[in-house]
Amino acid sequence: MNEKPRKFKGGVHPDDSKALSASKPIQDAPLLEKYTVIMHQNIGAPPELVVKKGDAVKKGALLAKATGFVSVPLHAPTSGIVSAIDKCPGPTGLAIPAIEITADGSDEWGSPFEPIADWRQCPPAELRQRVADAGVVGMGGAGFPSHVKLSPPPGKEIDTLILNGAECEPYLTADHRLMLEQAEEVVVGAAIIARIIGLDTAIIGVEDNKPDAIAALEAVAGRYNVRVQALPVNYPQGAEKQLIYAITGREVPVGKLPMDVKCVVQNVASAVAVADAVVRGRPSIERVTTITGKPVVRPGNWRLRIGTPIAKALELAGGISEQPAKLLLGGPMMGIAQRSLGVTVMKNTSGILLIAGDEVSLYTSEPCIRCGRCVEVCPMSILPATISQAVENKRFDWAQQLNVTACIECGSCSYVCPSHRPLNQHFKWAKVEIQSKLRKK
Amino acid sequence: MPENESSPSIRLPDPAKLVVSNSPHIRSGQNIPRIMFTVVAAMLPACVAGVWFFGLAALEVLLLCTASCVLFEELWNRLTQRPSTWKDGSAIITGILLGMNLNAGVPWWVCLLGGLLAIVLGKQLFGGLGYNPFNPALVARVGLLIGLPEIMTTWNATRSMGADVITTATPLGMAPGAVEIKQMLLGNTGGCLGETSAIALLAGGAILLAFKLIKWEVPVAFIGSVAVITGIAHWANPAEYHSPVVHVLSGGLLLGAFFMATDMVTSPMTRKGALIFGLGCGIMTSLIRLWGSYPEGVSFSILFMNALTPLIDRMTIQKPFGYVAPEKGKVA
Repeated sequence: MNEKPRKFKGGVHPDDSKALSASKPIQDAPLLEKYTVIMHQNIGAPPELVVKKGDAVKKGALLAKATGFVSVPLHAPTSGIVSAIDKCPGPTGLAIPAIEITADGSDEWGSPFEPIADWRQCPPAELRQRVADAGVVGMGGAGFPSHVKLSPPPGKEIDTLILNGAECEPYLTADHRLMLEQAEEVVVGAAIIARIIGLDTAIIGVEDNKPDAIAALEAVAGRYNVRVQALPVNYPQGAEKQLIYAITGREVPVGKLPMDVKCVVQNVASAVAVADAVVRGRPSIERVTTITGKPVVRPGNWRLRIGTPIAKALELAGGISEQPAKLLLGGPMMGIAQRSLGVTVMKNTSGILLIAGDEVSLYTSEPCIRCGRCVEVCPMSILPATISQAVENKRFDWAQQLNVTACIECGSCSYVCPSHRPLNQHFKWAKVEIQSKLRKK
Repeated sequence: MPENESSPSIRLPDPAKLVVSNSPHIRSGQNIPRIMFTVVAAMLPACVAGVWFFGLAALEVLLLCTASCVLFEELWNRLTQRPSTWKDGSAIITGILLGMNLNAGVPWWVCLLGGLLAIVLGKQLFGGLGYNPFNPALVARVGLLIGLPEIMTTWNATRSMGADVITTATPLGMAPGAVEIKQMLLGNTGGCLGETSAIALLAGGAILLAFKLIKWEVPVAFIGSVAVITGIAHWANPAEYHSPVVHVLSGGLLLGAFFMATDMVTSPMTRKGALIFGLGCGIMTSLIRLWGSYPEGVSFSILFMNALTPLIDRMTIQKPFGYVAPEKGKVA
């Protein structure tokens, strides 16, 4: 049934290191004494607290409500007492407000909403509201509120729903296990999302290094009129624009959104969260996270509650056998390096990855020898080397002319650069400068 | 079964020792020395052929040029108090290339002078590796050619030409028809010590292509355009002009097309740019050879195109994925 997917230009093939955890079934993490739910987990406005210190909450109860359209609520990961509302280390290194829940041990549900048993008959607007109320975000990494993506403005016609199961980042296997073990939930989530945006079909894109997941999805997909599309392994296959191109042949124009080419893309884990919200009436309070890396004693995949401290998550995996050089949230290509074990699992924490000293890249950058490798691998067809030199000379105007804003920060250029130049850093810098200049205008 | 799930002996990372830096956190393992020494390996077949046909004098020139380039690189870095760079392999490549571009019989001080020109004038004065607009080995070769025309246009005979023959002519210096193609393929002919053996150069070129160290567009466009232009000239007047086969196999065209025009630093970065660059080299070489005052034009044409590289790069800026042309002032 597979149409042949298109190959996007560029891309790299790093060692995927997925074997460490790919065969490990998802395990439910035991209940902890304390969870610290970081307040701002989504792109857009932070939510507003609705509890205060000392309040008793049930599992799933609302902790903070959305403060606008591009904002999502937060819910209690277990039943217990709100024991503190204080700053905690955030993923970017800055301290950010967080809600600490001390568990009462009963783990008793108190979801703010009921299951919608017959979602096939439910009006799409009601389903969309449920997705918003449940606080579902893009769980692949971006953390963009899902209901916003599912609300195309009037006049924007949508004809394709794509579920992103590419999981092209090395090491990560959370989506892989989810698709394999909860194939039906993924497909049901897809069907619900399709209904919300007025479609009756969806396509799930999966890199073909996960044949078991593809088979599992295909076994149930037909019943829900969903199609599974195997994709060639090529990082960044899971980048939204590359995925849309591979499946539909459409190019999202620079600076535009998938809906501008009639597409909506959702991560497979987000689809499961949508299915949970609708079918089981449960808000987004947990996710599957891969805890892995060579220094990890027992790498694997765990279902972690939002607010689980990294230290506790690492204990589940047996701790470490050697001091790692880096602790990352996410994969090795786009993940964020951490300096605290107190950071807690968020809705977009797809992986907790430890990188060993011999794997990590600590280099001094050397002059560009213009080898052109970065140009060859750039999936956005920009000129990384040239832009990097413009940035070095603080010529942000020139960087802008060279379309630095089209960069998706996939890191492929930095990955291949023989001079170990800080290309990705340069582009991030240039984008910040260009943004702040726009704001001044 | 011993369960130590929640044992306090579980070791966790020491946060104080964690490195925080930007993504990506893994790299391909590619580095400059690896690239440079693969290029050196690709040059070896032609060097071995040179030593085989021209004897130990060729080896002496190669070694002297390499030593001289490394020496001046290190000397310059010390004088300007910069970190040592000769180990990155680029000076070694320049040295070997310079040697390959000289006659096996040049005096030792020509090698030394060549190294000085290549490294100091051709490379370090511009800021070192990555910043030089011209191919350093060619800067030296052309500098020597202009300054010492006599030495630079005398060609040692190969060993098989007999002990009584000391010098010879290059194929392009002979009358059309007097050239033996088979000897040119092997390299048993007059010329720079690294340019004569077509087979060895093609083998080296294959290595460069296999390791993706050069863009195929450069040699294909370069050699192709020379073949076409000289082919037309030969077809029009075979008595006056050499056949395109002789043109392609001689005068350092293969050496230039595979090893010098493809220099990453001094050639365009995009494939389209590489195609234009190769074509330009081929056209210039043909024009110089057919109607210029020098019998050979590879070096000059590559240097000329080196100068145009920034312009070509600017002309061939590629459109990004999802590029939308800015709307022209539409009137409603």
